[in-house]
Amino acid sequence: MSAPHLVEARQVHKHFGRLEVLKGINLTVERGEVTCLLGPSGSGKSTFLRCINHLEKIDGGELLVDGQHVGYQRKGNKLYELSDARISRHRAEIGMVFQRFNLFPHLTVLENITLAPTKVLNQGSSVVVARALALLDRVGLADKAGSYPSQLSGGQQQRVAIARALCMEPKLLLFDEPTSALDPELVGDVLDVMKSLANDGMTMIVVTHEIGFAREVADTAYFMDHGVIVESGKPQDVLVNPRTDRLREFLGQVL
Amino acid sequence: MSWAIAAIVVAMFVHTLFSTTTRFGQNGTQPRFEWHLIFQYLFNRVFVFGAFITIILTAAAMIVGVALGIGLASMRLSKFGVFRVSAALYVWFFRGTPVWTQLVFWGNLAYLYPTISVGFPFMHSFESWSMNSFETNFFLVAIIALGLNEGAYMAEIVRGGILVVDHGQVEAASSLGMGRALAFRRIILPQAMRSIIPPTGNETISMLKTTALVAPVLGAVSILGIKTGDLNEAALNIYSSNYHTIPVLMVAALWYLFLTSILSVAQYFIERHYGRGFVTTSHKRVRRSLRATIQEVPR
Repeated sequence: MSAPHLVEARQVHKHFGRLEVLKGINLTVERGEVTCLLGPSGSGKSTFLRCINHLEKIDGGELLVDGQHVGYQRKGNKLYELSDARISRHRAEIGMVFQRFNLFPHLTVLENITLAPTKVLNQGSSVVVARALALLDRVGLADKAGSYPSQLSGGQQQRVAIARALCMEPKLLLFDEPTSALDPELVGDVLDVMKSLANDGMTMIVVTHEIGFAREVADTAYFMDHGVIVESGKPQDVLVNPRTDRLREFLGQVL
Repeated sequence: MSWAIAAIVVAMFVHTLFSTTTRFGQNGTQPRFEWHLIFQYLFNRVFVFGAFITIILTAAAMIVGVALGIGLASMRLSKFGVFRVSAALYVWFFRGTPVWTQLVFWGNLAYLYPTISVGFPFMHSFESWSMNSFETNFFLVAIIALGLNEGAYMAEIVRGGILVVDHGQVEAASSLGMGRALAFRRIILPQAMRSIIPPTGNETISMLKTTALVAPVLGAVSILGIKTGDLNEAALNIYSSNYHTIPVLMVAALWYLFLTSILSVAQYFIERHYGRGFVTTSHKRVRRSLRATIQEVPR
């Protein structure tokens, strides 16, 4: 039996010291949907994304992935943080792609991709290597398996990072500004890979400044500012006919 | 200009070299270095055994030190306060007291504690052992003393190396479901090694010479019926009976230089191993970029 929504956030609160960065986020993501989180820097969108796989702890509310609290266990009315091992098990089901790629520089491209599936999921290495090579082929880097990350361009590194996340066969893929650290001419290749994933039915939550991508690919777009969701809905509506001045102003700045 | 400087430097070097065998201006030889003795003693059995003991002590103490250092460093970075505080106290104590004092302490442990027991603090003890054999075990005492001391220094070196690794690496590892231990072993430590190796090379070379403190505290050992110690003790034994202090010490110095050279070569290969995947910053490249920066400065 699976939960009704793949991701469900209810009144998620988060503060760093006195600074409240998330002031009650409500959001649901269905299976196979692409969700884009937009907003100016400091709006809390990356923090919220990082809460989903428990890279940040939440201070209030509930955050469920596939019906389970990520990193917590509910006992009565209270949430208790789980042991490291159990948090890791939750995280293994949620892929993440970072702004700065965060590939492991001391490992080859292939080792980057195969390490976690073999060591975390304990899958046989021949199965994993075959899957990794197929994924590299899919992101257009079949010939780079033996290279080290430092020998690749930013766009290539980010596509390896996507393949690395995919090789864990996650049920949800999080993207934290995946193209923000790239030279403009390299952005397209990464967005193309993400589009093809979306077409294949991958559930994705994407924090991005690429309005064009959001409009074309997203099923739902959320506009966040100062820790709250200001507007949400179909990107064709939200991003074309913004209802609030704040979003109108933001779109004017980024477009 | 640079040619003139090179010529002067070479001339000074060659003069210094010759001055150990020739007396300039007096048409005589320089006998006081006693080079013939140096060659005579270079492969003396006492020195060969001494070198052997120095190598064994250095290797064993460094293995203990590095293992301890990695353990202490991961304790320093643990989320448990007890681990953090005890590791910090350890480093504070073992780095803050002289290694000589620590050697004397371990050397006298059997005097301070004639028996040693295992049990609950202040209460029942299950099992007791006599410390007699510990007192006479030169290698065991030396390796414990030097290893525990080295562990404190290595802990700081390892901790420094870990702090240099980008935090994004930890996050990437966690997001792939790796636990703390797996991420530390496969992701953090191999990258930290790049900055851990050079100071560890320093520590090893320093340890090579610190082993000279062992014999004066713990006395000499006998190997194959020959009373000996480390390289320095070997030199001391010989020149205290024949009074050829300088040539005999120079033999020891040559042995130390030889061992240090081997360590330097080993360090080069270890650095290359852990540098794989990283863009190498060769000395040539550093010089080139320095020159470029200097030329950019407006005059």
